[in-house]
Amino acid sequence: MAQVAMTVNGASVSGDVEGRTLLVQFLRESLKLTGTHVGCDTSQCGACLVHVNGEAVKACTMLALEADGTEVATIEGQAGDDGTLSVVQQAFQDHHGLQCGFCTPGMVMSAAALLKDNPKPTETEIREYLDGNICRCTGYHNIVKAVLAASGQEVPAIAAE
Amino acid sequence: MYNFDFVKAGSVADAIAALKEEDAQPLAGGQTLIPTLKQRLAMPSTLVSLAAIPELHGITQDGDTLTIGAATTHSTVAREVAQSYPALASLAARIGDPAVRNRGTIGGSIANNDPSACYPAGALGSGATIVTNDREIAADDFFQGMFTTALEEGEIVTAVRFPIPQAATYQKFIQPASRFPLVAVYLAKYADGVRVAVTGASEEGVFRWSEAEAALDADFGAGAVKGLSVEPGGMIGDIHGSKDYRAHLVQVMTKRAVEALL
Repeated sequence: MAQVAMTVNGASVSGDVEGRTLLVQFLRESLKLTGTHVGCDTSQCGACLVHVNGEAVKACTMLALEADGTEVATIEGQAGDDGTLSVVQQAFQDHHGLQCGFCTPGMVMSAAALLKDNPKPTETEIREYLDGNICRCTGYHNIVKAVLAASGQEVPAIAAE
Repeated sequence: MYNFDFVKAGSVADAIAALKEEDAQPLAGGQTLIPTLKQRLAMPSTLVSLAAIPELHGITQDGDTLTIGAATTHSTVAREVAQSYPALASLAARIGDPAVRNRGTIGGSIANNDPSACYPAGALGSGATIVTNDREIAADDFFQGMFTTALEEGEIVTAVRFPIPQAATYQKFIQPASRFPLVAVYLAKYADGVRVAVTGASEEGVFRWSEAEAALDADFGAGAVKGLSVEPGGMIGDIHGSKDYRAHLVQVMTKRAVEALL
């Protein structure tokens, strides 16, 4: 076992992990932050997406010890302390960007990472950026609308509806 | 995953020392290695993380030569060489997905030499030089077949040096589930000739299509590769595409690459 320490959603945390412990296991099993989901466990689906030092990362494909000393942001840190949803979360609710909700933590974190680098993305840029986030319910249109809305842009009727 | 010890190397010398341990293996971005470990296809005693070694990071340009540190991520390459070497930036920008690009590194991709990976095509197509802790290896000598390179046990890639071509393009026919190329062609024009590197197609991994290079040296036009074909015999055949289909795609993607530069 080895000691790992990092900042998660602004709080300093530490714990004992094995070499093989994944970041997502550390978050879910040690810190009980179960909002970060494990979907495929093969870095395809993006349900485990978190931010490490501000960058989108699949937490199922990073070792906890690789995250030693980093700043990690998860879905639990997105809403305000009083429960007020983040702009992205609110937009997902307003535009029905989820149905079962399993992919949603990853979608929200991915969308937040996109908007940080590209505050006014086009519909195409949004779809390209969400390439690594799989949703089996919505057909994606409402997710794309939610990200457009979160960026403060007009939400058009999207083709193929 | 079988368990292993984890060592975070602080310098190349540290990493080389740690890799002397029996069954130790280097860990770059982990975007291939970690899934491989999950499937228990490898059982290293120690993983030596290279990600925090400062000398493996960064991109420098000296005249027409671009040097990219081995631990530089795909997203950094996509962002930072967009002006100096746009075809390489475009290749990097289309690997995997954004989160994978934030972890995966050029050194990891080159050292793994997956037969369908993007970077081996970029390096071979550019006639790059692979710099290791010990020596410099021409891309023509470095890639030696599926998942096989000239690297010795305990040797690591420290940088990749690219001569910037007059023009280049990366034409990727994507396999949308894996986001790897089904077949992709990297074509670069240099003063001393055209280079055509093909990935995703051959059972021997990335290769130069010398017949197409000769035809394009003689006449760089859309018709130059029209009558050419590669032998389906050595191509990869799987559920995503037959040998014949991949052989066909090699010609089609090369033609598209030429058209993109006309």
